[in-house]
Amino acid sequence: MSELMSGAKILLECLAREGVEVIFGYPGGVTLPFYDALYDHPIRHVLVRHEQNAAFAAQGYSRSTGRVGVCCATSGPGATNLVTGLVDAMMDSIPIVALTGQVSTKLIGTDAFQEADTFGITRSATKHNYLVKNIKDLPSVIHEAFYIAASGRPGPVLVDVTKDVFMGNCQYEPVNSIHLPGYKVYTEGHTGQIRRAAQMILEAERPMIYAGGGIVLGNAHDELRELVEAVDAPTVCTLMGLGGLPCEHPNFISMPGMHGSYAANMAMSGADLLIALGVRFDDRVTGRLAAFAPHAKIIHVDIDPAEISKIRNADLPIVGDLKRILPKLTANVREIRSEAGSPDRPELKGWWKQVRAWKEENPLVPVYSTTEIKPQHLMAEIDRISGGKAIVTSDVGQHQMWAAQLIRYNAPRLWINSGGLGSMGFGLPSAIGAQFANPDQLVFSIVGDGGFQMSLPELATLMNYGLPVKIIVMNNGYLGMVRQWQELFYNNRLSSVTLDSFPDPSLLAGAYGFKGRTIEHPSELAGALKEAIDYNGPYLLNVKVTPTENVYPMVPSGGAINEMVLGPVQPSPVA
Amino acid sequence: MLQIISLLMENKAGALMRVTGLLTARGYNIDSLTVARTLDAGLSRMTIAVDIEPQGRRQLIKQMNKLINVLQATDLSEGPAVTREMVLMRVRASQESRAAILKESEIFGARVVDSTLEGFALEATGDAEKLDEFVNIMQSYGEIEVTRSGAVAVSLESKKLRLSPPIPRGEIMLVEEKNGVA
Repeated sequence: MSELMSGAKILLECLAREGVEVIFGYPGGVTLPFYDALYDHPIRHVLVRHEQNAAFAAQGYSRSTGRVGVCCATSGPGATNLVTGLVDAMMDSIPIVALTGQVSTKLIGTDAFQEADTFGITRSATKHNYLVKNIKDLPSVIHEAFYIAASGRPGPVLVDVTKDVFMGNCQYEPVNSIHLPGYKVYTEGHTGQIRRAAQMILEAERPMIYAGGGIVLGNAHDELRELVEAVDAPTVCTLMGLGGLPCEHPNFISMPGMHGSYAANMAMSGADLLIALGVRFDDRVTGRLAAFAPHAKIIHVDIDPAEISKIRNADLPIVGDLKRILPKLTANVREIRSEAGSPDRPELKGWWKQVRAWKEENPLVPVYSTTEIKPQHLMAEIDRISGGKAIVTSDVGQHQMWAAQLIRYNAPRLWINSGGLGSMGFGLPSAIGAQFANPDQLVFSIVGDGGFQMSLPELATLMNYGLPVKIIVMNNGYLGMVRQWQELFYNNRLSSVTLDSFPDPSLLAGAYGFKGRTIEHPSELAGALKEAIDYNGPYLLNVKVTPTENVYPMVPSGGAINEMVLGPVQPSPVA
Repeated sequence: MLQIISLLMENKAGALMRVTGLLTARGYNIDSLTVARTLDAGLSRMTIAVDIEPQGRRQLIKQMNKLINVLQATDLSEGPAVTREMVLMRVRASQESRAAILKESEIFGARVVDSTLEGFALEATGDAEKLDEFVNIMQSYGEIEVTRSGAVAVSLESKKLRLSPPIPRGEIMLVEEKNGVA
C-alpha cells in the first residue's frame, strides 16, 4: 500500500520527478500548505518581488537552458499578476509551467477573499491550462502540464490548484503514462516534401534562408549550420532566431525587418526562394505584406501546422521538428547535387556578389561621438567584451534593437528578449532566471530607463541571492522608441515620453547594498564596463546616451522592407 | 451564407470555452452552437454555425485542431454533409384557425407535442430555410413563441480520426530532455 500524502507533497513529488530544480514565486494565503511543504524540500524556491517577474524569471531560466521554467503565485492578485508573463511566453513559445493557488473548491464562485477566475482569465494566455479540484487528478495533470509545455510548439501551461487539494490527503501512485488523445505533435516531416524542397533549393538562383525562433527552441542550430553550408545561401536570423546561426558565420546576413540591416532586407526582397525555418512571418519582419519577398517562392518548415500559410502562402510546406527535418533536407540537397555531378552554380555566385555589395553599401556599424556616448557605441563596447559569448537580456524598444543589431551572438540562447509581446520590464527578471540557470556565465541585462523602472523591485532579488547580473541602463531620458515615432510621424509632438527624475544609481543600488554609477562621457565607457564586470556582485551602470538618437535602418509602418530609411538625413519615403 | 464547423472534443470542463474563445478573440459572431455527448460519454460533438471568409476559417480550424481537448475539427462547408435544425414553437390558436394550423404543420412535417385550449406546441425539424418559412407562416396565425436548437450536422464522408496514443513516462522524459541543453 502506498503512503498517504498531502496534495502539496504530491505536487512537489511530481515536480521533482520532472527534474525541477528551482521555482520562481511569491507565496500567499491559499498556497500556504504548498509553501509549508517546500520548507524542507530540496527544490529551491526563489522569492521574487512581484509575480509578473516570477513568470519572466522562469522564462529567463527556460530561454537560457531549454528546460521548462516554473513559477508559482497565490490565488487572485498573485495569479492575475502572472498574466503578462504568460502571454509573453505564449507569443515567444517559451515552455513554462505556472502553478497558482485557488480558493477551496466549495468557495469557488462565491467572491471569496482573493478569488479570481484564473482558469478563465488565463485560457487565452496559455497553451493549455488546468483547474485541479480533485487531488486524484493532480499527478497526471502535473506531468501533462510539463509534457504539453515542452513538446511540439512549446508554450506556457498553467495549473490552478484549489486549497483543499493542497491540504487533502491521498494514496500517491506515481503516474507512468499520460494520455492526451487530441494533442498532436508533428515531428518527422513528409519525406516526399523534404525531397521536393531539396529540389527547389537546388533550382533556385537566389536562395535565402530565413531562420527564426524555432531554430533556437528546437535546438536545431547545428542542423541549421549544416544546411546553410550545404546550400551556401545567405542567411538571416530573426530577432527570436539570433544565435541560431553564429553571428560570425560567413553566411550570416544579420537580422531582417523593421530595424533589420539593409543587406538582410534587400536580400529578402531580391530572393527567388525563401527557406523559412521556424518563423511566423511576423509583421515586424515582413513590413507591407504585399511587397514582402515579391519574387520568392516559399518553403516553410514549422512544427505548428497553424503557422503554415497563416500570413504568406507556402509553396512547399513541411510540418515537423526542425531538428529532425533539417538533416534530411541537407542530405537530400547533397545527394541530388552529387547525382547531378556537383555542377557549378554561377547564379549563386552572382547572388552572393550582389548580397555582399549590399552589405558593403550600407553596413550595420556603430555610430561614435567624441563628446557623448552614442547608444550604438555602448552596444559595440558590450559586444567587444562579450565576444559573442555573454548572455544578454533586454526589454523592448530602442536599446533592444541596437543590442540585436550590434552585439554578436555566436550561440543560441544567449540573446533573451521579449520579441512577440514586447513587454517592458522583461530584461531584469529574465536575467535573474538566466543567471540562476547559468551561475558562472556573464549576464548583461541591457534595459532602457523606462523598462528598468518597471522592474525596480527585483533589485532586492538580485541582492538577496547574490546574482552578479550586470544591469546596463541605456538612459536617454525618454521612452526612446515611442519618442522616435513621435518625432518621425507625429511632428515631434513629444507626448508623455519624457522620463524625468531618474534615481541616482549609486544611491539606488547603494540602498540595496551593491554598486551603481552613472557615466556620460565616451572616455568613461570602457573603464566603467570593466569595473562593472570585475565587481563581485550585481552592478547598476547607468549610461547616459545621446537623448534623441534614432534607430536605423527603419522600415516605416506599412512600408515595404526594401524601402528603408537609412538615417536621419534621408527624407522619409512615406508621406 | 453560414458555414458549419463540426468538432469532436473531450467532454471536459472548460473545453467549450476554449473553442468559443478562439472565435471571440477574432471578433467572430457565433450564429448557433450545439454540443452534446457522443456514443462515447467521454467525448462531445459540437456544431458551430458561423460566417467567416474561407482564409479566416481555414486558419481558425487549424487553431481549433491545436486545442488539447479537441480531437478533430472539420469544416463541413467543404464536403458533403447534412445539416438539420429543430424548432419548438407555441402557437396561440383561435378555435377557427386550429384546423388550418394542423394542416400547415402537416405540410412542414411538424408534430404536435402539446395541445391546450389556447393553442399548440409544435416541433419541426429541417434545414434552416425551411424552418424560417414554417415560422413565418405560423406567425400569420397569431402570437407565437419560438425556440430553435441551432444547427446540428453530420458529415457524409468518413474522415479518418487520428488519436494520439498514451505517452509512457520514458517518452515524456525524452521530450523534455531533448529540449533541455545539458
